[in-house]
Amino acid sequence: MNTIASSWPRPKASESSPWGRRGVRTVALTYLTVMLIIPLAVIFQDGLRAGLGGLWQSILSPIAWHALKLTLWTAAVTALINAVMGMLTAYVLVRYSFPGKALLNGLVDLPLAIPTLVTGVMLVVLYGPQTALGSWLAREFGWRIIFAPPGIILALLFITFPFVVRAVQPVLQSLDREQEEAAATLGAGPWTIFRRVTLPALWLPLTTGTLLSFARAIGEFGAIVIVAGNIPLRSQTAAVYVLGEVESENRLGASAMSVVMLMLAFGLILLVDWLQRGRQTSRDE
Amino acid sequence: MTAVAHHPPSARSVTRRPGRISLPMDVWRRRLLIAIVVTYVTILVLAPIAALISGALAEGLGAVVRALSQPDVLSAFWRTLSIALITVVVHSLCGTALAWVMVRHHFPGRQLLNGLIDLPFAVSAVVVGYMLLLLFGRTGLLAPVLQALNLKVAFALPGMILATLFVTLPFMVRELIPVLKEFGVEQEQAAATLGASGWQIFWRVTFPALRWGFIYGLTLTFARALGEFGAVLVIGGGVQGRTETATLYIFRALNERQYVGAYSAALVLGLFSLAIVLGSDLLRKKEK
Repeated sequence: MNTIASSWPRPKASESSPWGRRGVRTVALTYLTVMLIIPLAVIFQDGLRAGLGGLWQSILSPIAWHALKLTLWTAAVTALINAVMGMLTAYVLVRYSFPGKALLNGLVDLPLAIPTLVTGVMLVVLYGPQTALGSWLAREFGWRIIFAPPGIILALLFITFPFVVRAVQPVLQSLDREQEEAAATLGAGPWTIFRRVTLPALWLPLTTGTLLSFARAIGEFGAIVIVAGNIPLRSQTAAVYVLGEVESENRLGASAMSVVMLMLAFGLILLVDWLQRGRQTSRDE
Repeated sequence: MTAVAHHPPSARSVTRRPGRISLPMDVWRRRLLIAIVVTYVTILVLAPIAALISGALAEGLGAVVRALSQPDVLSAFWRTLSIALITVVVHSLCGTALAWVMVRHHFPGRQLLNGLIDLPFAVSAVVVGYMLLLLFGRTGLLAPVLQALNLKVAFALPGMILATLFVTLPFMVRELIPVLKEFGVEQEQAAATLGASGWQIFWRVTFPALRWGFIYGLTLTFARALGEFGAVLVIGGGVQGRTETATLYIFRALNERQYVGAYSAALVLGLFSLAIVLGSDLLRKKEK
């Protein structure tokens, strides 16, 4: 499909109205510049005002450093759990049929439709220290969910649940099963078949889905500010730290952390884009 | 894609295949995997939703209605709705144009821009609000210009609309790009050789093919705009009765320990955006 569009001698279709063509492009690119590029440029300029050294100094202050570390490890744990459970969910949805499958399939998209702040409120109602379940978990096991990392991870898992499932599902569906059957007739067990035949075919959607979960988890704010609160050196994440610095008008701290978060987002998005493009060109050839 | 048609993903067709016998082990593994997934989804997704519903209704429906019919709550919901509507209108126009340019035009830097479109998806909402504050705030870069024009962007509705536009940028574009690519240009060329003008081609040929992608992108944008929180908090300030949206009200109500109000508003907001997304999903399925 791609090749058809790009092999067509380009201008012809709209040669009749070069003005309209140029007009549309100008509108679209101006919009993108105003909406995306200018704000990004401004924050980089502001974050690097004190130079790279100043930026690092600000990030390495104990509170900022703790917030960044907390953000990165909770996001990484989320991405890993999501990779395993998302893969499993996609597998079950594609390969098995069972009563309630359509409902389960619909539930996967639910987190996309629910505001993340509402997700945070839900988790507080369920696990908060005053609730039945929350106080029971604290009393019997000494587990604190809310205002602690487990709450952060639960919120992030809820929000990123669709990413891996929806990346893997279509690829798994279109996967030819002959190879798996060949492996089975050669005597391979189900786990070996999955590991050696199915998984290699799925690594790309699995990787991109996991990376997107990770990127999304790093930036999440609405759910986390509710679930984790704003306790520096305990449950304060990078996004919540930025809010605090903005509110106390500490411009250097806010800009430095913003630049770091933007770089992470940039890197991850471009990596995903590059991985996907690599697959596309190899398919076109 | 044809593989899907040949191999319907049902367990029965698998067991009927030659060379594959359904052993008791297979059945148990199947049950175990299904049970794990169902349990995971129940704990992760369903339990919190059920908790919110019961939390909101803890003091009865009357309390919910009373909490939600307070004037400042109503105005917050109204503000959210108007921001979301404006966002949808702008992205219907500019998002469609952007998708069109990304698919049909070739210019240097297109690949990079294509990657950039996804950025709002990963950038923290707080950072988005802060970027706008650096531009439009009291000491922002554009402060002199705004002052000369007597415009107020930060801590006012325009800033909150800009923030919501930024955050929802990818949805329409990402929904339309694959549809546009798949549609190709043959039909447009046919229309062009028959003497149709650019606009005629777009409205009569291209847009009907894009319709469902367009509607779906629109609902995703709308739902995301309704739920935006971090960016509008930073740029809008959440001033009660002036820049407070539905999400900002929920946040304030939680901090002030007005739990019935917070839970009810969260429930209404969640149900509302859920209904929009599910509704468009159903519409699309019906059409197919």
